[in-house]
Amino acid sequence: MTDFAPRIVVTQDDFDLGAEAEALEAGPDTGAVVTFTGRVRNVADGLHHMEIEHYPGMTERALTEIAEQAAARWPLSGITVIHRYGALRPGARIMMVATASRHRDAAFEAASFLMDYLKSRAPFWKKEVTGAGADWVDAKDSDEDALARWSDTGT
Amino acid sequence: MTLQVLYFAWLRERIGLGRELVETNATTIADLVEELRAREDRYAAAFADMTTVRAALDQELVPLETPLGSAREVAFFPPMTGG
Repeated sequence: MTDFAPRIVVTQDDFDLGAEAEALEAGPDTGAVVTFTGRVRNVADGLHHMEIEHYPGMTERALTEIAEQAAARWPLSGITVIHRYGALRPGARIMMVATASRHRDAAFEAASFLMDYLKSRAPFWKKEVTGAGADWVDAKDSDEDALARWSDTGT
Repeated sequence: MTLQVLYFAWLRERIGLGRELVETNATTIADLVEELRAREDRYAAAFADMTTVRAALDQELVPLETPLGSAREVAFFPPMTGG
């Protein structure tokens, strides 16, 4: 189906954004690399840290499946998905997706698709810990709605 | 049959454990939830509102009505909040 294996990493450690983007530039046919990075932002009560839990095993499977769907749908030459778990302080990087293609449209669209799917289909859960206590972050209806725009051609 | 049952996020916190082996005769995930609910209050509390519970069968997201079949692992968790 594709001639590359998506790079899927689930880790507690931070990652090197520049090195990851550069790795996707390899190859004479790559004309465009799109990267998205998600970071821990502060909240009104003053965030101490974000706790991210995941389902080891299923997480890697779900991310690989989503990446394979993207690879089947757009002419890509590379996909990287990195998602961290554990305790992350405000400002820390949570995750990144990056896509490489000959042209920018495919790279942008595939990156957007990957983000929409991993938000509500990859088994991660966020908890915000502030001085006032700890609260699990609720899923947003808008995240579920975002999937609808990809369903018209059926994947 | 014996199933490995996993709980994540606030379901794990309400039930007070992350995984356990469950001996069950349930035929669907929903039946298994009924059995668990009847066990103790903490299960009843965790499964009080099933609109906020999702399930995976052998690490595949599935509807609650799904038959258990020959699955080995069932997981319960709230809607996912990755990214």
